[in-house]
Amino acid sequence: MSATLVQGAYIVAGLLFILALAGLSRHETARRGNRFGIAGMAIALVATVLSATAGDGGSGGLGFLLIAAAMLIGAGIGLDRARKVEMTGMPELIAMLHSFVGLAAVLVGWNSSYELTAYPTIHDVEVAVGVFIGAVTFTGSIVAFLKLSARIASRPLTLLFRNQLNLGALGLFLVLTVVYAVLPQDATVGRHLVLGLLTLLALALGWHLVASIGGGDMPVVVSMLNSYSGWAAAAAGFLLDNDLLIITGALVGSSGAYLSYIMCRAMNRSFISVIAGGFGVEAGTSASGDEDYGEHREVTAEGAAALLEGARSVVITPGYGMATAQAQHAVAELTTRLRAQGVDVRFGIHPVAGRLPGHMNVLLAEAKVPYDIVLEMDEINDDLADTDVVLVIGANDTVNPAAAEDPTSPIAGMPVLRVWEARDVVVFKRSMATGYAGVQNPLFFRENTQMLFGDAKERVEDILRAL
Amino acid sequence: MRIGVPRESRPGETRVAATPRTVEQLEGLGYTVFVEDDAGAAAGFTDDAYREAGADVIGEAVWNADVILKVNAPTEEETARLRPGQLVAALMSPALDPDLLERLAARGVTAMAMDAVPRISRAQSLDVLSSMANIGGYRAVIEAAHEFGSFFTGQVTAAGKVPPAKVLVVGAGVAGLAAIGTASSLGAVVRAFDARSEVAEQVESMGAQFLRIQVEDEGPSADGYARETSADFDARAAELYAEQARDVDIVITTALIPGRPAPRLLTEEMVASMKPGSVVVDMAAANGGNVAGTVAGEKVVTEGGVTILGYTDLPGRLPTQASQLYGTNLVNLVKLLTPEKDGEVALDLEDVVQRGMTVVHEGEVLWPPPPVQVSAAPSPGTDVVTVDTTSAATPRAPMGAQTKLALAGVGAALFLLVAAFSPAPFLGHFMVFMLAVVIGFYVIGNVHHALHTPLMSVTNAISGIIVVGALLQVGHDSVWVSVLAFVGILVASINVFGGFRVTARMLEMFKREEAAR
Repeated sequence: MSATLVQGAYIVAGLLFILALAGLSRHETARRGNRFGIAGMAIALVATVLSATAGDGGSGGLGFLLIAAAMLIGAGIGLDRARKVEMTGMPELIAMLHSFVGLAAVLVGWNSSYELTAYPTIHDVEVAVGVFIGAVTFTGSIVAFLKLSARIASRPLTLLFRNQLNLGALGLFLVLTVVYAVLPQDATVGRHLVLGLLTLLALALGWHLVASIGGGDMPVVVSMLNSYSGWAAAAAGFLLDNDLLIITGALVGSSGAYLSYIMCRAMNRSFISVIAGGFGVEAGTSASGDEDYGEHREVTAEGAAALLEGARSVVITPGYGMATAQAQHAVAELTTRLRAQGVDVRFGIHPVAGRLPGHMNVLLAEAKVPYDIVLEMDEINDDLADTDVVLVIGANDTVNPAAAEDPTSPIAGMPVLRVWEARDVVVFKRSMATGYAGVQNPLFFRENTQMLFGDAKERVEDILRAL
Repeated sequence: MRIGVPRESRPGETRVAATPRTVEQLEGLGYTVFVEDDAGAAAGFTDDAYREAGADVIGEAVWNADVILKVNAPTEEETARLRPGQLVAALMSPALDPDLLERLAARGVTAMAMDAVPRISRAQSLDVLSSMANIGGYRAVIEAAHEFGSFFTGQVTAAGKVPPAKVLVVGAGVAGLAAIGTASSLGAVVRAFDARSEVAEQVESMGAQFLRIQVEDEGPSADGYARETSADFDARAAELYAEQARDVDIVITTALIPGRPAPRLLTEEMVASMKPGSVVVDMAAANGGNVAGTVAGEKVVTEGGVTILGYTDLPGRLPTQASQLYGTNLVNLVKLLTPEKDGEVALDLEDVVQRGMTVVHEGEVLWPPPPVQVSAAPSPGTDVVTVDTTSAATPRAPMGAQTKLALAGVGAALFLLVAAFSPAPFLGHFMVFMLAVVIGFYVIGNVHHALHTPLMSVTNAISGIIVVGALLQVGHDSVWVSVLAFVGILVASINVFGGFRVTARMLEMFKREEAAR
């Protein structure tokens, strides 16, 4: 297969990837976008496999067999996981998938360190950069996966001199890169040692970066890792002189970074401190119990049902609690029932509700809630004052009035859903514990707020029965 | 316990501290309610109505009750009837009337000032100042409309075109907002000004235009009330008033600062500059007035033909409504004092709301109360974490334009230096890289928020393109390389296939309602 044909295929694939991302930004074109992505990937893979195996320099039948075996196993695992995953487990899956890209980047980096090129110095630098980004992505994603699947505590790790550690690691990385590039090509042992050290350093840094971020900020972290995985692919592209990898990696990297930026703005956090890691330290400060917030009021499911029956407009603001309780189907049924009775039901989604950007939307879509009644925070905030009943289902920090009203609050300035402006607010919650930010929520003690304790799914089902 | 509701003795007072409806609620809390005869006459509540609601209508013996609910503070004569151990709730202006507190303390009673409710959210249901200010704001507009010689709303009729009235409301507290709402519902063009720029949103939500002045001194007040302003601010605000005075037909001022005389906002010259026939309603008249020439409780017409209303009984001009709201505030107070709903008062001075309102307790003056912060601030933590938080969360000062330019310059120079020593193919790749970064940035610029997750999973699948790297490396001479590449292909394939599949699955779920039917 001629080299120019492969190049041509790559150009087509690159274009298809761009179309895929563009398509994914609107509902109408989203599915077409995904198909473009698949087509681009297929073209790129066929072209690459052919050029890698056929011809004089190719790896021949053995290579083809190895590729086929690896891809079949990988595809089997991937398709299986994708088919079985619960929509609530989506964040974990995506974090795990990111780690694979990171791992692949590390492996590709190590492999190409054995290649001989015409420009050894710049090649060495590329190897170092590629391995570094890949390794950071790898361990970072693993930590994110573990935190999201609650296998380790989501509390942020707060080492002393955290920022100095991160900066030190970066500095050390630069030094190692220079040493690696300067070492002569035949100093095999030395080169292995330096590259190995560099890999370990990057692995540790990735771990630390994400470990020092609290669970509540995971949506941004996942999006950030997505960006990192793109940069890792781009770095591999430089290594292999492969424009397709560069284009795709850069696309993913910059779009992921932009997505993270959008989310940081939504949370009123500095983008730089997210990238630098350890921005979630607020989770450590929890308002102590000395605060006099007064008493909260409880309501029964029957009481909530009566409220809903008397309402003309209802807004539901779900949070991570809805995901953990798997309550989306019950909520969807409640929505259908209320809409059938002529109640105007809408959803208000905070940009960082859940553990992944758009997490709530996916859950609601899974439960077949029509997406034109699912609105963004900015779209619904002004209507909340005219709303009769707001159901807060498993959300906490995203509806905390302290963010808007209390300048000393750790979450001050974060835009929140102003649910407290509604006539009545019913909060579904397991207990009076604080949310991920560890901040007490004065909403629960407001005059117009009533608490409905228990598992969100069971409580919503109770309301359905009472209706 | 017994609750007594006496007839108000202050001349001109039309309100009463309980209505038939609130009597029922008080009885529901376990109390026996006694109402003095004719107590509600001026507010439109007959003795029979009270009897129907379950109250005993009696004479002056109401003063023997355990709890006395009043609108105005007890006069000297009334104070003499009080006996130790009684609880009195009324409007007391504790800051302005220390003598009253001494008198009450001498009688050994417990007194709760309905106008000293701390401004915290859960106490809002007791806040008489809010409920009365709401009525006052409404009535101020009605009084102004009564004096004003023209329509509020603009009309085009066969008999000619009528321009809409222009109303300026100064001070966007509860009274101001109520006035804004009333005036705009009458069809006037409403403008409003307040020293607290953060109320702009509320003003706009009521249908008025918020006037702004450029000044550096603005900051939220800690206790939820307006506070006194700086000299610079006052000068600019004065310019604004002077300008508006010439233009508007109606001015309603509501500026009050607790415990101080009302600030003077409109000078004589400004009033003189108003059009003849204009109306000014000074809601701060009782505290000295915001407008030069105001006489408390009176209507004044200036030489220039401007009417200045200094009525101090605006809420009382809606006696039925005012009594009902005031009565409900009292019911909420009694609820707070009767947590067991057993008709027994259990005063809890640990509670900030009850502490703040209790100006005299069993003969001891407790005014002024310790300060209460409106917003519940988390107590300053003592652990290391808090210190970290401040450093991480404090927004950095934005970079100056020059610094940015300098940084960009250094960056460009560095890049050129690197480029000079780079091989040609690298720069070619770099060009591609840079363009792709820009495209990636723009291509998702308008992504719909609901599609964040699918977008992320598709980009994730696409970044599995790194498999290409591993594909090119597999099956080559070194076994070690082949093994690594094999693993690389495997994991990247999981990513590619899993990512696309899961994206497709998610997108299947996004369906419009029509499609679902």
